[in-house]
Amino acid sequence: MLNVEAIRKDFPILEREVHGRPLVYLDNAATTQKPRQVIDALVHYYSYYNANIHRGIHTLAEEATTAYEGVRDKVVRFIKSPYGPQSIVFTRNTTESINLVANAWGRRFLQPGDEIVLSISEHHSNLIPWQLIAREKGAKLRFVDIDDAGRLQVDALQAAIGPKTKMVALAHASNVLGINPVREAAALAHRHGALMLIDGAQSVPHMPVDVGELDCDFLAFSGHKMCAPTGAGVLYARPELLAAMDPFLGGGSMISRVQLEESTWAEVPHKFEAGTPDIAGVIGLGAAIDYLEGLGMENIRAHEKQITGYAIERLSSLPAVTIYGPKNAEERVGVVSFNYGDIHPHDVSQVLDQHGVAIRASHHCAQPLMRRLDCAATARASFYLYNTPQEVDALFFALEEAGRFFAVQEAPLPSSGA
Amino acid sequence: MNFPEPQLDDLYRDLILDHYRHPRNRGNLEHPSAKVDGYNPLCGDEVELELLFDDEGVIQDVAFKGRGCSISQASTSMMTDLIKGRSKADAQHFIEAFKHMMTDPQDEPPAELGDLEALQGVAKFPVRVKCATLAWNVLEQGLRENGAAHIEEA
Repeated sequence: MLNVEAIRKDFPILEREVHGRPLVYLDNAATTQKPRQVIDALVHYYSYYNANIHRGIHTLAEEATTAYEGVRDKVVRFIKSPYGPQSIVFTRNTTESINLVANAWGRRFLQPGDEIVLSISEHHSNLIPWQLIAREKGAKLRFVDIDDAGRLQVDALQAAIGPKTKMVALAHASNVLGINPVREAAALAHRHGALMLIDGAQSVPHMPVDVGELDCDFLAFSGHKMCAPTGAGVLYARPELLAAMDPFLGGGSMISRVQLEESTWAEVPHKFEAGTPDIAGVIGLGAAIDYLEGLGMENIRAHEKQITGYAIERLSSLPAVTIYGPKNAEERVGVVSFNYGDIHPHDVSQVLDQHGVAIRASHHCAQPLMRRLDCAATARASFYLYNTPQEVDALFFALEEAGRFFAVQEAPLPSSGA
Repeated sequence: MNFPEPQLDDLYRDLILDHYRHPRNRGNLEHPSAKVDGYNPLCGDEVELELLFDDEGVIQDVAFKGRGCSISQASTSMMTDLIKGRSKADAQHFIEAFKHMMTDPQDEPPAELGDLEALQGVAKFPVRVKCATLAWNVLEQGLRENGAAHIEEA
């Protein structure tokens, strides 16, 4: 198990007070806080070896390049890529990684009538890029519904994935509900000759992820949701796919030989890294991976399951609370979406903020899912390795306060599919 | 860091909570002259406003529907109370006065806004200002419309 007390000392921001109360940061699915080790890595880079990479024959440029490329090896180890550093492309974030695939793969390989299979619970980042490319190429989007408990069922996937499917793109874990059967989806996709993209934004930071075992063709995730700075994300892809795809962005670094009318591309993965990347961000991502691996992803997962289970138990004790998605922590990452009576989530969040408790209140960039759940928005508490049961209690008490403030009727609401 | 601490009571005044719990002029009109709906994609607040003008341009009747946070719904409810029976020109003047109150909270709230002064505290919570102004943007569109229109907050 994690020594949470020691871990909390690594995160300077957790010493902060908000409205005179200790900060209780429960918005980790949006972005996580950064440990001293990551902040120090940034400071060290900028104050000791800041230089542009892959050019310049001087010591600083070499040190920066070595550090940047070294992170590629760390990512390979972290997600257990069987294909080495060639399979790792640095992007800005999950959104950019998925846009890269939709454009660079889709533009080259999608034909009119081809189908892309998505779930209705996808984050907009795994929906809009496919809408755009499908419109351009005359391809069709097919959506797999969730069941009334908020689960994505394998038989629903089975019904949607067929001979016309060219791509299946699913979140490994929903940013609102629970964990999806992506390994089964990948097997179904491959049986029909389609590719599998996993949006790992909500899974990679929270549990051991092994791309070989998942057997996915693409995995997208963001550094900033796993203790790294904003600005650095990852696309994992099989190198032969990357080699066959067109470039995404053009510019410096991604070229081999440039002539006025046409050019050839750098080797994979550099073909997909045009222009100066967020070097410091990538180096920070390396420090974050070291930090997480030092604690152990299994241990982080176990801790979050415990906290999430406790949060579900506490929130369920308020009759007016509706929790969305499966009720056991095993089927979730550390995300608990809920509504409290008929108080609008913004109002809930505003009262909680007054108690130092930071949660998210919105449609969570998943408007189609909100319509499916028949609510405009939800409140969402999301946990990470530094959260404690006492913080869940703080959430609970602040929520009771919100209930008093808005005079919530403590009558059970009709269960809304959860 | 020392920010002045806005208090919850500044935002959620009793009058606001009362309008939220018991919205005035909620529903539909039989024969509206104008029907406008507004949506804030950031938070999902929705306001649908129906207006009935007479030949002189006086707002004879008004009704709204919507869903969203207490601020957005209370602001709409209080607005409908204020504009009923007033001319389009008066309504336009109220819109400007209300927006001024949201952007310049240090100024005295304009007296003609009456009870709406209760929403002045919203200006201390910048992320909530859009909740309060949605209805007013919808009204502004409605004053220009004869028919149906739709607006989305940027």
